[in-house]
Amino acid sequence: MQEAALPSPATPLTTDLVGEIAAQALWIRRRSFQMVYEAQQGHPGGDFSATDVLATLYFGVMRYDPKNPRDPKRDRFVMSKGHCTGAFYSVLARAGYFPEADLSSYMEPLSKLNGHPNRNYLPGVETNTGPLGHGLPVALGIAIAGQIDNAEFRTFVLTGDGELQEGSNWEAALNAGHRKLENLTLIIDRNRLQQGARTEETASLDPLDEKWRAFGWHVENVDGHDHAQLLEVLSKSPKGREKPLCVIANTFKGKGVSFMHDNVAWHHGVPTKEQYEQAMRELV
Amino acid sequence: MSVAAPSKAGLYDCRDSFAKTIEALAEADPRIVTVVSDSVGSSKLGGFKTKFPERMVNVGIAEQTLVAVGAGLANGGKVPFVSAASCFITGRALEQVKADIAYSNVNVKLIGQSSGVAYGELGPTHHSIEDLAWLRLFNNLKLIVPADPWQTAEAIKAAAAYDGPVFVRVSRMAVPALDRPANATFEIGKAETLVDGSDATIIANGTMVHRAVAAAKTLAAEGISARVVNMATVNPLDDAVIAAAAETGAIVTVEEHSVRGGLGGAIAEVVISTNPVPMRILGFPGFVPTGSADFLFDHFGLNETGIADAVRQTIARKK
Repeated sequence: MQEAALPSPATPLTTDLVGEIAAQALWIRRRSFQMVYEAQQGHPGGDFSATDVLATLYFGVMRYDPKNPRDPKRDRFVMSKGHCTGAFYSVLARAGYFPEADLSSYMEPLSKLNGHPNRNYLPGVETNTGPLGHGLPVALGIAIAGQIDNAEFRTFVLTGDGELQEGSNWEAALNAGHRKLENLTLIIDRNRLQQGARTEETASLDPLDEKWRAFGWHVENVDGHDHAQLLEVLSKSPKGREKPLCVIANTFKGKGVSFMHDNVAWHHGVPTKEQYEQAMRELV
Repeated sequence: MSVAAPSKAGLYDCRDSFAKTIEALAEADPRIVTVVSDSVGSSKLGGFKTKFPERMVNVGIAEQTLVAVGAGLANGGKVPFVSAASCFITGRALEQVKADIAYSNVNVKLIGQSSGVAYGELGPTHHSIEDLAWLRLFNNLKLIVPADPWQTAEAIKAAAAYDGPVFVRVSRMAVPALDRPANATFEIGKAETLVDGSDATIIANGTMVHRAVAAAKTLAAEGISARVVNMATVNPLDDAVIAAAAETGAIVTVEEHSVRGGLGGAIAEVVISTNPVPMRILGFPGFVPTGSADFLFDHFGLNETGIADAVRQTIARKK
């Protein structure tokens, strides 16, 4: 890892960083599922497929200061799959951007914790997302600003995989490759399920790695639930790569809870009391 | 800052003012960048590109990314001027304008070039007579439609100075420089009264303002006193609308836009909820046939004669 220019809530960096990330991921899964249960709304399947990527970024990779959320030197994270706010808000609260107690207001009337994130309500949100295919093009613009200034910060963006059916992603992919934006990292939450069916049954994406390579990106395929693998590919210095990085994080929707695992019904399913209790028994 | 030279005898292409102003602003403020979608020439940004090559981002023919990149550049501390044909930067990228720019409330300036029916013969795909109706729905997005080269330059400066999202609609249609006092100023949200009058008010913007002034002169010769208000800012509207209704009792709006939801629609919303008076909205009825812009203006009565007729008819409806 690079020397942190900003204090990070991941510190102290114990010898067991992977263990620390795993502990944070467990907390995020439990807390986000509680949010969804209490609100009886949300997207818990995608929350769980994205949790390990989020925990690795916020507690092992990115440099940021939650007390100075618009520090020009901060690494940026763009949550393109903006519907997965259970996990996103949980990681932001855990990272110190706002009190964990605020999570209890998830989707309540007039809450700052809207179903999709709003940067004008919550520190730590870089751009308002919700409609799919918006995050990568905005992250491209952030990375270009960094390139113009020869700045040190990195820009990370997390998209779903079904979301890649939006053409705007490929406009941005073309541009990032053309500009050799090594400061830009795309992570694809490749859980292979979109809202209604499998991606490969809807508008197939495979071979996904070849598509990104053809657009001029460096591609890494990883187990998106393996914190050590994620940490290795995400924390490696981009300097000299001269290509944007695409990390295909192979994941499972609903990862961590047996009855939700790889089950499309949990895209925006909400748990009963019994299901909630069973999930909490499993998430330990 | 003086305006750019006239493009032909006494008439100006406001894009020249845009280009000259943005170059001068960029000299003084290193945060200013331009973003284009293969639209360097049509935005008249060739000079900017020569002077600041590293500060022009050309995303290619990709309007969604064009607008989104503007949002990202603002996040990275830049003051981006995102410039493309008005029909595409609005219609093609409308959700990016909504979510990435307006709803996110970021410091991005959108420049809609060659708006209205400037591309007359190219047909409705290339006309931009819906843009104000679409963008007016985003309550925090400032909308400016300058009327001449001086006001274009002032609008661009005001947009740069304002910290938030702004859309400036720039025409390529030749317009004269309007007569103004030497100490005239421009402020976002402030209208200017170019001709005083008491029988009716003509509220216009953009390329229609000088035509409204000409109509007022015609009417004055008949003894009809028509006020002319240049409502360059469509959002937020100036309270001059309320005064016009109260003081003259009749309003005619004129715009290079559809009659649905543009300047006229905005004014009607205010008039109906404050002081309803007879009103007439002049503009295009919808998709228009092929023809040069000047032909289309005349065909749809967006000229001195048509405006004067509408004023007479609207005054006749006063109770």
